[in-house]
Amino acid sequence: MFKIVSAEWLAPKVRRIVAEAPRVAAHHQPGHFIILRVRDEGERIPLTIADSDAEKGTITLVVQVVGATTELLCELEPGQAIQNIAGPMGKPTEIEDFGEAVLVGGGVGTAVIYPQAEALKKAGNKVFAVIGGRSKEYVIFEEELQAYCEEVFPCTDDGSHGYNGFVTGKLGEMLEDKSRKIGAVLMAGPVPMMRAVAEVTRPYNVPTIASLNPIMVDGTGMCGGCRVTVGGEMKFACVDGPEFDAHKVDFKELTDRLATYKEQEIFAWERLQKGHQCKLDQQEAACRASS
Amino acid sequence: MKPSERMKIPRHEMPEQDATERSGNFQEVNQGFEEQFACREAERCLQCKDAKCIPGCPVGVDIPAFVSAVSENDLSKAADILLADNVLPGVTGRVCPQETQCEEVCVRAKKGEPVGVGHLERFVADWAREHRKDLFEPPPATGKKVAVVGSGPAGLTCAGELAKRGHAVTVFEALHRPGGVLVYGIPEFRLPNIVVDAEVETLQRRGVEIVCDVIIGQTYTIPELLEEEGFDSIFIANGAGLPIFMNIPGESLKGVYSANEFLTRVNLMGAYRATEVDTPVIRPTRAVVVGGGNTAMDAVRTSRRLGADPATLVYRRSRAEMPARNEEIKHAEEEGVELKLLNTPIEILGDDDGWVRAVRCQRMELGEPDDSGRRRPVPIEGSEFEIPCEIFVVAIGTKANPLLTQTTPGLEVNKWGNIIIDDTGMTSIPGVFAGGDIVRGGATVILAMGDGKVASRSIHKYLMNGQA
Ligand SMILES: Cc1cc2nc3c(=O)[nH]c(=O)nc-3n(C[C@H](O)[C@H](O)[C@H](O)COP(=O)(O)OP(=O)(O)OC[C@H]3O[C@@H](n4cnc5c(N)ncnc54)[C@H](O)[C@@H]3O)c2cc1C
Ligand SMILES: Cc1cc2nc3c(=O)[nH]c(=O)nc-3n(C[C@H](O)[C@H](O)[C@H](O)COP(=O)(O)OP(=O)(O)OC[C@H]3O[C@@H](n4cnc5c(N)ncnc54)[C@H](O)[C@@H]3O)c2cc1C
Ligand code: FES
Repeated sequence: MFKIVSAEWLAPKVRRIVAEAPRVAAHHQPGHFIILRVRDEGERIPLTIADSDAEKGTITLVVQVVGATTELLCELEPGQAIQNIAGPMGKPTEIEDFGEAVLVGGGVGTAVIYPQAEALKKAGNKVFAVIGGRSKEYVIFEEELQAYCEEVFPCTDDGSHGYNGFVTGKLGEMLEDKSRKIGAVLMAGPVPMMRAVAEVTRPYNVPTIASLNPIMVDGTGMCGGCRVTVGGEMKFACVDGPEFDAHKVDFKELTDRLATYKEQEIFAWERLQKGHQCKLDQQEAACRASS
Repeated sequence: MKPSERMKIPRHEMPEQDATERSGNFQEVNQGFEEQFACREAERCLQCKDAKCIPGCPVGVDIPAFVSAVSENDLSKAADILLADNVLPGVTGRVCPQETQCEEVCVRAKKGEPVGVGHLERFVADWAREHRKDLFEPPPATGKKVAVVGSGPAGLTCAGELAKRGHAVTVFEALHRPGGVLVYGIPEFRLPNIVVDAEVETLQRRGVEIVCDVIIGQTYTIPELLEEEGFDSIFIANGAGLPIFMNIPGESLKGVYSANEFLTRVNLMGAYRATEVDTPVIRPTRAVVVGGGNTAMDAVRTSRRLGADPATLVYRRSRAEMPARNEEIKHAEEEGVELKLLNTPIEILGDDDGWVRAVRCQRMELGEPDDSGRRRPVPIEGSEFEIPCEIFVVAIGTKANPLLTQTTPGLEVNKWGNIIIDDTGMTSIPGVFAGGDIVRGGATVILAMGDGKVASRSIHKYLMNGQA
């Protein structure tokens, strides 16, 4: 069991969870992820390690509630425990001195780029971050990123904070700016965002790395469920990635495969809500009985 | 009892769950012997002086002795004898290919049917699971620490043997549950996971420590285990792992699975109990599985149980060349699985939404024998046809997982990525041993266990004398 040390909401439906996982913390490098099970009978889901503290033996996860398992995870409070955490998994980010490096994060993807920012800065890069959210309250890690970035550009769809528009708009402006010498773009976020960013950087020939998020099971290369097509070749994201050359990734296929269990996911979600309703009903009945 | 009397007793057949019924559930097919039948079957053994069955067993179980104890109705003694050489008898009694091992060399097989060694083994193991919760007297500690990588049959066997000799053993397992293929691959209807759990618990009572959720090569490397974590020796048994795909068009469509993924979802994650667990699996109305081994059989029978009708197995050679056990093929056919032999898939066809819709196959004929001595399948031009399906499962084999070997400098592997060992089981790194599928490529449970046993003896020597 892996005890939760702290947990708080960063944005609507986005929770930061710090959990004890000393073995993972001791070996964490940027780009690594873990696979966890919230409970017995639970699903194994992959989550990026957003931060770690080897001395305290803890790792930080930033989780967006999108379905049953992420909901169950985000219901846990400090003191409660996660059944299993295995990792670190995946290949670490290839950190080089690119000169100027731009990190692009969308939604919870911003948590993925956070450890990369620190490592890139240490490797001598001038680091910039372009981070997106629907509106101000959805932008996360802005302050944390300041510590390692020359500049952080928040972008909101509704213009309530920072740049008015998508991250691709801001990134396009930066690429156009001849005074900048952008050596690499690293990104994480929803698939449509990553697909769009790849198209924005392609004409400029800027090396662009995407952190992919296919459905996974074991995370050790054993099942092949996480396969993605990169440059026409089949790759297993859990062991060959999860970071790949964005200009070579077949994003359409990734989008498609992510929808495999849509029906079952809705079923699981409804079952969970029903379970919650039952619990509420029982509590109410118990209350009434005792009063 | 006189040998002539023993010779008159016919082999007792294993009672099975009705085929129609079982094709809709995940309960065990084989129901196990009743006590009186087990006794009777055991009486068939001629108690050969120079018993061929013992060397016929890769872990060298004293078969005549345990069988004799069963015939005397002394099940406790039978269990002691069996467990002395085999830490997973409930497993091997269910999944070993006895027909090519102990039972093949049984003298009674010369004229008629061999003694049902596998069935008796299972009987004793099941009895022991119900009736015995021995507290083991720990042997004097040697003060030596051994790490075992992987909790499949090879790792568990090696760990059990080393614990018996007083070494402190820690098994590191990448998944959340120990057992390897026994829990993630082989389905419940052949080997219930609780049988594996119980035998793993017995090992834990013997002092074996099992740590799940640790991936060697990621969480720790082999050099770290030796230099920083204080292990004196290591046994690597991380299995064969990586699934092979066919490299035909359409393999990224939704509904295409490797056998490993399909079986892991259903067995390890329990997806067949849809209302109780969170992991999903596609419930097909029609399924096609490609392959001819045990894995393919398990996948196609699993798809049948999830509701596929038809559940079709496509194999490129003929029945005689199928590597699967006869029993599995027979059971599959009884359950309504369709075998399409001498066929190979050449393309997977999808619909507009990216779902599998059908598999295009080509008929084959057998030509000249190839390197394996089996006749090579040759495609027949113009024979293509389609089989409609919602899921397509690729079960054509696995290859070595490079996760561990890549992060272990100095560890020699062959061109397929399998670890190279010497006669003692030692790898190119002193003190680091290996066995099971990572050395052999996909093999069997009992061969993996045999490797674990050989390595445990070498590791013991290495720890005590500095030499394997
Ligand atoms: C390497 C990797 C790192 C990840 N890091 C993070 C992270 O740091 N924070 C975070 O919140 N999420 C992360 N994800 C995504 C996360 O794993 C999924 O959101 C989670 O599995 C959804 O589970 P669920 O049961 O709550 O939702 P489900 O009900 O299973 O799914 C709901 C929705 O999420 C989509 N989905 C399902 N599985 C995945 C998946 N594996 N990846 C993306 N979308 C998925 C489905 O298509 C569906 O639309 C990561 C994924 C990968 C592969
Ligand atoms: C579906 C199927 C059916 C089969 N049916 C039969 C049968 O009926 N009879 C028979 O005799 N054989 C059968 N086999 C073959 C048999 O199961 C294998 O030969 C045997 O399990 C190999 O044992 P092993 O200990 O070498 O490895 P495995 O059983 O593969 O176990 C390896 C373990 O190591 C873990 N691991 C992997 N990498 C790491 C790492 N880096 N760090 C930590 N842990 C790691 C894995 O998660 C796994 O638990 C079948 C195989 C399959 C797939
Ligand atoms: S998650 Fe199973 S191989 Fe990647």
